[in-house]
Amino acid sequence: MMSEQPTTAATRVRVPEDDDDAILSVGATSQGGAVEPENGYTTVGEPFVDQPKMQTRDVNVFYADKQAIFDVNLDFAANEVLALIGPSGCGKSTYLRCLNRMNDTIPICRVAGELLLDDEDIYAKSMDPVLLRARVGMVFQKPNPFPKSVYDNVAYGPRLHGLAANKSELDEIVETSLKRAGLWNEVKDRLAEPGTGLSGGQQQRLCIARTIAVNPEVILMDEPASALDPIATAVIEELIDELRQKYTIAIVTHSMQQAARVSQRTAYFHLGKLIEVGDTDRVFTNPRHQLTENYITGRIG
Amino acid sequence: MTNTEKVKRGLAKRYRKERRFRAMGLIAVLLGFAFLIVLLSDITIKALPAFHQTYLKLDINLDPEVLGLAPGRPLDEKAILHADFRSVVRRSMYALFPEVRKRRDKRKLAALVSTGAQYQVRDRLLRDHALLGQTFSMWVLADDDVDTYLNTRSLRDLKQSERRLRDNQVAWLERLKQEGRIDRRFNWLFFSSADSREPELAGILGAVVGSFYTLLVTIGLAFPLSLAAAVYLEEFAPRNRWVDFIEVNINNLAAVPSIVFGLLGLAVFINFFGVPRSSPLVGGMVLALMTLPTIIIAARAALKAVPPSIREAALGLGASHTQMVFHHVVPLAMPGVLTGTIIGMAQALGETAPLLMIGMVAFIVDIPQGFTDSATVLPVQIYLWADSPERAFVAKTSAAILVLLGFLVLMNGIAILLRKRFERKW
Repeated sequence: MMSEQPTTAATRVRVPEDDDDAILSVGATSQGGAVEPENGYTTVGEPFVDQPKMQTRDVNVFYADKQAIFDVNLDFAANEVLALIGPSGCGKSTYLRCLNRMNDTIPICRVAGELLLDDEDIYAKSMDPVLLRARVGMVFQKPNPFPKSVYDNVAYGPRLHGLAANKSELDEIVETSLKRAGLWNEVKDRLAEPGTGLSGGQQQRLCIARTIAVNPEVILMDEPASALDPIATAVIEELIDELRQKYTIAIVTHSMQQAARVSQRTAYFHLGKLIEVGDTDRVFTNPRHQLTENYITGRIG
Repeated sequence: MTNTEKVKRGLAKRYRKERRFRAMGLIAVLLGFAFLIVLLSDITIKALPAFHQTYLKLDINLDPEVLGLAPGRPLDEKAILHADFRSVVRRSMYALFPEVRKRRDKRKLAALVSTGAQYQVRDRLLRDHALLGQTFSMWVLADDDVDTYLNTRSLRDLKQSERRLRDNQVAWLERLKQEGRIDRRFNWLFFSSADSREPELAGILGAVVGSFYTLLVTIGLAFPLSLAAAVYLEEFAPRNRWVDFIEVNINNLAAVPSIVFGLLGLAVFINFFGVPRSSPLVGGMVLALMTLPTIIIAARAALKAVPPSIREAALGLGASHTQMVFHHVVPLAMPGVLTGTIIGMAQALGETAPLLMIGMVAFIVDIPQGFTDSATVLPVQIYLWADSPERAFVAKTSAAILVLLGFLVLMNGIAILLRKRFERKW
C-alpha cells in the first residue's frame, strides 16, 4: 500500500542529507568491484526473527520518481539493538524514518510495502501517525532540544499525550526519564534552565530522556552520537545498552565500532538494498556477502 | 618564482582593495549619518519657537455691562458662554494705551492679542464666578504675529511693508515689554489642544489622539489577520495554483501605491458599507489593508526561519501538525512577527496619502473622543500646517515632525525591546 501523499505545505522537515546522494547514486556501480545485486535480490543472513516487535516486508521508498529503498525485508526483535550500517546515501536513514512515518512530512516521499508494529499495519488508514509516534519514538542526529527549560523539554511529550494526571506525577515522569537517560545528577539543580544551554552530549541525553518520557515501545536513533565527542559518545552508548532492557531499539550509525559495541544484530545497506543481516559478531567477523566484507574492511564507505 | 613570492606579489594589492572597500563603507555610513544630523538639527532649530508662546499681561475688568450680562439675572454657565468677552479683552488693551484713538489704530492694537484670549478670560470666570465686576491682571495669549516678530530677529530690520506688524504696533510692543507685560512661557497649549486656524492656539493633541485611535484599529485588524494568513499559508495551505496565486498577490500588494488603498477604502468602506468618513475607524481599516502584506511577508519569513530540527523533534514525540505549529513554530517565530508588525505600524503611523482619500484631511478642531469621531492624524496634520500661510505654522510643522519622529523612535524602541525580551528567554 502507499502512504498517503501529504498535501500540506507543512513539510519543512528536511530530507535526510545522505538520501539525496541515494537518489543520485542508485544504480551506480560500487567501488568494491563486487557483484551488484539485481532487483529481486535476496538478503544474505537472517532478516527474520521468531517473535518480532516490528516487521517490514517488501519496503520500497521513492522520492518522486527516484527509488531510494528496494524490497527491504527486515524484522526487529524486542529488547534488542539493531544497527543499520552502510555507506553514505545507502538509504538507512530513509528506511529508519519509515518506521514512525516521519517520511510523511516529505511531500515527494512515497512508501510502499508492509510495515507492521505488533502485527498492526503502520501505514493503514486506521493508524494515526500521532499515536504511532507515541509508540515509536525517535532520537535525531543533531541534538534538538526545544528552546524551553530542561523540565519542559522532558514534560512536553507526557503533557501532549496526557500521561500525567497531576503535577507530582509529571514531576515523577520527568525525574525517572532523566534518571534513565543518565542526566538527572547533572541537571537536577537546573531543571528550570534552558535545555539549549547544556553541552552537546547532555543535550542528546536530554533528547533521549524526552523520547523515553512518552514511554514508547520502539526507539529509533538516527546517528545519535555523530555530533558528539568520544566521551559523550561512550556515555550515550552505555545508555543505549541499558535502554535495551526495556525498549526495542534501531540505530543508524556510520561508525562500525559503535555498531559492534552497542548492537546485537547488524543490517548492512548498500544503495537502497539490504545486503546482509545477522548477529553483530557474525557479520563483523564473518561477513558472507562481498559488499559487506568490502565495507567492514574499509574498502568502501 | 615560488608560490610564496607569487602570493606576496598580489598581497599588497589585495589589502589595498580591502582597505578601499572598508573606507567606502565608512564614508557611506558617515554620509548617511551627516544627512541625518543635518535634517534633525534643521527640524529641531525650526521647531524650537513652537515650544514657547508669548503672553501679554492685561488688566481685565469684568464689567457686567460690557459683558452684556443683565443685572439681577443669575450667573449661570449659559449666560457666561454667551457673554461678550471679546470687548472685555479689547477694552483692557485700549486701557493700556489711552492715547490710541483712531478706529484703525485701535483695531491694530486689539490685533496684538490672540483671539483665544477672550476664551481664557471666559474660562477664568467659569471657574470663579466671584470675579464678575472685579478688575484683575491676567496673562493672555499674544497673537502669533507678535510671537513671530519677537522670535525672529531678522524681521526687525525689515521695512513696515514687508512684515506683518506695523511700526506703531512694534512701538506698542516695545512699551509693553518695558512695562514687563510681555513674557514667554512653555507652550502647553501645543500639547493639549487640537488644530486651529490661529497658530498660537493650534496644538498637536487632536492629531496624536487621532493617530492613536487609528493605529489601534490598524493593529487590532492587521496583526491577527496577518498572523493567521501567514501561519495558514506557510504551514497549512496545500501547494496548488490557487495558493501560488494568492501568494503572488500578497507580494504584489506590498508594492501597491498607498493612495490606491485610500481609493479602495473610499469606494468600499465609506460608500458601500457606510463607515463614517474621516473617522479613525475607516482610517485604521485602510491602513490595516496597507500593512497586511508587510506583516504577512515578515511573519512568513520568521516562520520559515524556524529550524526543521525543532519541527522534527515535536513530530517525533507525537505532536500533531497543528500542535507542532502552535507549540513550537509560532512562539519561536514571534520575535520576527512582532518586528514585522511594528515596522508595519511605523509605516502606518507615517502614512498620509490613503488618509487624504477618506477625508482625514479635514480641518478638525475637536479632539476625537472615539473611533467614529472625525479625526486627523499626525502626518496629515503636518501636511495641513505645512500648507498654511501663517509664518508661525512653520515652527508648528517642524515641532509636529519632531513629535512624529519621537513616536516612531519610541515604537522602534519598543520593537527592539520586545524582540530582546523574547530572544533573551533562551
